[in-house]
This record gives sequence, structure tokens and C-alpha cells, in this order.
Amino acid sequence: MKTSKMLLAIFTFFISVSVMAQSAPVQEPMVFDNQQQEDRFKQLTQELRCLVCQNQNLADSDAQLAHDLRAEVHEMLMAGKSNDEIKQFMVERYGDFVLYRPPVQQNTYLLWLGPLVMLLIGGLILRTNIKKRAALLDSAKNEEAET
Amino acid sequence: MNSRIVPLLGFVLLVGLLVVGLKIADQKTNLPSPLIDKPVPAFDLPVLATPGQNMSRDSLLGKPYLVNFWGSWCVTCRAEHPVVTELAKLNAVYIVGMNFRDEQEDAVAWLNRWGDPYDVSLVDYDGRTSIDFGVYAAPETFLVDPSGTIVFKHLGQLTWEIVEDEILPRVANMESGS
Repeated sequence: MKTSKMLLAIFTFFISVSVMAQSAPVQEPMVFDNQQQEDRFKQLTQELRCLVCQNQNLADSDAQLAHDLRAEVHEMLMAGKSNDEIKQFMVERYGDFVLYRPPVQQNTYLLWLGPLVMLLIGGLILRTNIKKRAALLDSAKNEEAET
Repeated sequence: MNSRIVPLLGFVLLVGLLVVGLKIADQKTNLPSPLIDKPVPAFDLPVLATPGQNMSRDSLLGKPYLVNFWGSWCVTCRAEHPVVTELAKLNAVYIVGMNFRDEQEDAVAWLNRWGDPYDVSLVDYDGRTSIDFGVYAAPETFLVDPSGTIVFKHLGQLTWEIVEDEILPRVANMESGS
């Protein structure tokens, strides 16, 4: 009983910490024509990297450059540019690095396929191990039966 | 035998990964610019010394020039200032100072105080041009050839080594090549 209460306390603590960590910084108010535009803005700024603070996206960052780039995204969005056009604008200036979701291309094959390869290798090792153990078990049973 | 070698091999691989990671850790701020070998982004900006007068990208065509993004708020710009000054003394290349996200009077005061190494300073008040150049930290320096193509970019503080090893040879190359 005591431990479960303890666990619950720890659990709620981490939940609240992670919620606090996710809350966005104070941002300039942006005006949109409709909900769809606002959703696209949110999606785009979450997918674009803030280059000053490299492990944050544009939506979360409070850096000056992030402010300016958010304004840039907003402006392009209001001008009717598509998501791809906006991303293209960023990539032309800041490189693929600005994208949090890197495109699948020659120099990112390892990045995209690496985990899959690792999973395959792990699976193969697991399989041979299971087979080996099964064989051991079988031979042990056989021995038992013989005696 | 095998059961000992496999974990050891895994460990060695992990250590190898760590070593590589540590080696390239300081490169994460030195990202390749997608603008190398591309034309200079267009700009038409007010000249700091003579407000009301503009200078455009196209008027700089025909000679190699250096574009140095700086601001009076930028500590590293102050640190690299002596190097830019030394370079200016050589008269080897035209130097354009891009004063970005700065106030007019602060910028002028900064140049008066530390000396003005720039052949011309342009005002990029709202930082639009700096975004077109893909600038994300200051200072950043771009070398442009006479045809208006960016041939070299340096992010962060210029050092004399970079001037000697990267900038001056390229400028000399342009002059002998054309």
C-alpha cells in the first residue's frame, strides 16, 4: 500500500514536470483567418528547428531568430503559400538541418533505415538464442526420458 | 569463447561511437551553408553613414567582396573586430558590413568607438536580409566572387588563420582567374 502511494506521488510529479516543460514560451499574438491556418502554423513551427537553440523547435523557442522566423512563417502562410513552399524557403536558407523530420534521401538512408536494421539484427540474435535454448531443453528432456 | 567476444565487440563498437561523437561534437555549430555556390540573395539596403541612400546587390557585381554580419549588441563581433581591421588594412577585398537588428545610433557609436573597418555599412534593421542569407548567429561572414556567387562562408568569429587560409587565397584566385 505504502509503495503504491509512493509510486503514485512520483508518477504525478513527473507528469506535472513534463507538462510544465511543454508549455510554450510567451509568444507574440498571431492573427489567422481561420482555424485551419492556425493549425498549419502550429504544425509548421513544430517541425522547424530553431537554429540558435538547436534542440528546440520554432514553436517552443524564445530566441530572437525564432520570433523572426515565426513571423516569416506566419506571413507566408497568410500569403497563401503551401506547407512545402514554406519549408522550401527555410531549407534554401538554412539547409536540411532546419527540418526536424529530415527528408528521405541518399545521405539520410542510414538515419531512416538504421533503426530497422538494428531491429532485424536484434531479432536474428533473439531467434538463434531461442532455438539454441529449445534444443538444449529438448536434449535435456531426452536424457531424462532415457534414464 | 564466443559468448565473451560478442559483448566485447559490442562494447568496442559503442566506445568507437562515443569517440566519433566527441570528435564531431564541436562541429554541430558549423553547419554547411546551402548558399555556397549559389547567387547572393538580393538586397537593397540603406547605407549606415548616409541614411536615405541605398545600395543594392547588383551594384556590387564585378568585384569580389566580403559580407560581414555584425551588430553593436554582438559580443563576438567586438572580439573579431581587430581581425576585420587588419584585413581592411591589406586592401585586398571590399568589405561590406551588414549591421543587422541594430539601432542606427548604437551602430554608429560602435564604429566610432572601435574604428570602422568597413568600406560600406548597410542597415538590415529588421533582419530580413540576414534571414535570406541564412544567418543564425553573429558574426557570420560570406565571401562573394565577381559574378555574385557565394564561395565561402564562416560562422562565428573570424580569426587571422581563416583570413589567411580561406579568404585571401580565394580572393587571389578570383583575380588571377578573371
